[in-house]
Amino acid sequence: MGPAVKTTESILHNRNKQLGFIFDNKNVLGFLMIAPAVIYILALVGYPLVLAFIYSVSNITIGSSDFSFVGLKNIQGLIGDFDFKTALYNTIYFTAVSMIIVLVLAKILALILLKDFKGKFVIRTLVLMPYVAPISLGVIGWLWMLDSIYSPINWLLQHSGLFGPDFWPMWLGKPNLAMSAIIAVHVWRMLPLATVIMLAGLTSIPQDIQDAALVDGAGYFRQLFQITIPMMLPIMLVAVLFGIVFTATDIIIILVLTRGGPYGSTQVLVSKAFFTGIDAGDLATGAATALFLFPLLAAVAIFMLRIARRAEVA
Amino acid sequence: MKKNTERTKQMVLKIAHFGSLAAFALFASLPFLWMLITTFKQDADLYNRANNPFFFNMAPTLAHLKELFHGTLFLNWLLNTAWVGVLVVLITLFLAIPAAYSLVRLAGRWGERLGIGIFLTYLVAPTILFIPMSRVVANLGLQDSLWSLVLVFPTFTVPFAIWLLMGFFKTIPQDLEEAAMIDGYSRFGAFIRMVIPISTSGILTVVIFSFTLVVQEYIYTLTFVTTASRYTVSVGVPTFLVHGDVYNWGALMAGCLIASLPVVIVYNFFVERFISGLTLGAVKG
Repeated sequence: MGPAVKTTESILHNRNKQLGFIFDNKNVLGFLMIAPAVIYILALVGYPLVLAFIYSVSNITIGSSDFSFVGLKNIQGLIGDFDFKTALYNTIYFTAVSMIIVLVLAKILALILLKDFKGKFVIRTLVLMPYVAPISLGVIGWLWMLDSIYSPINWLLQHSGLFGPDFWPMWLGKPNLAMSAIIAVHVWRMLPLATVIMLAGLTSIPQDIQDAALVDGAGYFRQLFQITIPMMLPIMLVAVLFGIVFTATDIIIILVLTRGGPYGSTQVLVSKAFFTGIDAGDLATGAATALFLFPLLAAVAIFMLRIARRAEVA
Repeated sequence: MKKNTERTKQMVLKIAHFGSLAAFALFASLPFLWMLITTFKQDADLYNRANNPFFFNMAPTLAHLKELFHGTLFLNWLLNTAWVGVLVVLITLFLAIPAAYSLVRLAGRWGERLGIGIFLTYLVAPTILFIPMSRVVANLGLQDSLWSLVLVFPTFTVPFAIWLLMGFFKTIPQDLEEAAMIDGYSRFGAFIRMVIPISTSGILTVVIFSFTLVVQEYIYTLTFVTTASRYTVSVGVPTFLVHGDVYNWGALMAGCLIASLPVVIVYNFFVERFISGLTLGAVKG
């Protein structure tokens, strides 16, 4: 290499000496550019997260400066509390049932949408609406559709002869019905997202693999179980993990539709944390209640890390 | 004969396909359809159980829209949402663009790790944070102020924006920046003059998603804000039109519809990018 040839590196090297190297040095600039975001996240996610743990072992309330350490008293109190156990059970039940329904329906809907047909854009827009529109507003639409007197769903079922003339269920007024309604609305809300993720997974399977399998005489189920599902596994896992987080930590549907009623039958951990911590002002117990979700979130985070690492290696 | 059964089979499949599409589309859009009908219905028509709820049994009316805009704080809530949205988007861009670029280009191995770490903060849901956050906001003297939202909302927009932009910056060929640097720009200059202009579409995606997330937000607003006129649209509508004394369904549905539609339309054009960001790049969207 003759001295006349100037490589990028040498030019940069020279300039590093000439100019203030703040704008050129990889390490210094890299640090300066990421610092604001990291500081912000530490201050407004990290710090409150630490506070959440501290509050859960304290006696802090809204509007009082009294603050002392009470150990595991709050958590012991919760474990002995019947309402808390109901909320915990409801959270698990609500999350599990809605996730299963969402997955099954999303798989079906994704397969249907995979085909090309006229008006796909319109259908896709309609199908996506529940996820895209502000949740609380979409849920008010359901509140009105499930109204105890003017429910158009009841009207439709009655006039089509499926319900008898005197049968007019109060969807949000009976414990079992209320839970089913909450699950249905949640499925309505999560289905678009799950479907789009599944679609992305389905379209990512190379066509030649499917063709090869077809040539080799693989039937529909063989293809489903030996090609489609294994190849979609990582992305389905991501969908499930997100689904669990979004479902278990959701509060909007319950606050708008039932506020935890009737008789606490739709109370979940988050809504309970809200009513205790903010409405009733008992920050300590509220924080402790919400923290019961932390193991779940941590588990999901660890899973995510594993998937990300595997994607990195591949 | 055989050809005939084949054709029938095709027909049946087609009808099944169309039928299930229609069923899903109806399930998804029914509440919005119901909002649309309710918005323009007269009260006397609406509150009569003998009437078919899906038809206009009396002439349509604009009374609910008038009521919504003149008799409620709806317009106020829309403006609050827009104001908070714009500020949060600006803060998000300011924090996320340099951070994402730094993680992709300037940091080495630890950049990837830190990037995943930042993405994971997206999982620390507002659910766990809203209680301690209410105290943080109060200590800063921001309770019951829109500034509390401006301060806190980037906690969920920034991690997501960084992740989306990282994916975007990775696709830019490094040669471009090197060429700019040979032309005499500093590394930072190359980032400003070269990288940002060609990333416009990625940045636009971040703008749209951050804004949508702001419009959707519920729990922080409900926790921090108490004065009716300071709510955002997502919380104001359900709080003051539902849990007030009277359920004014006509105005309520009009409000839901008007606030939902623009978001739906804009978002629809960006949904694929959103998915590839969300799936950690496990699938190229």
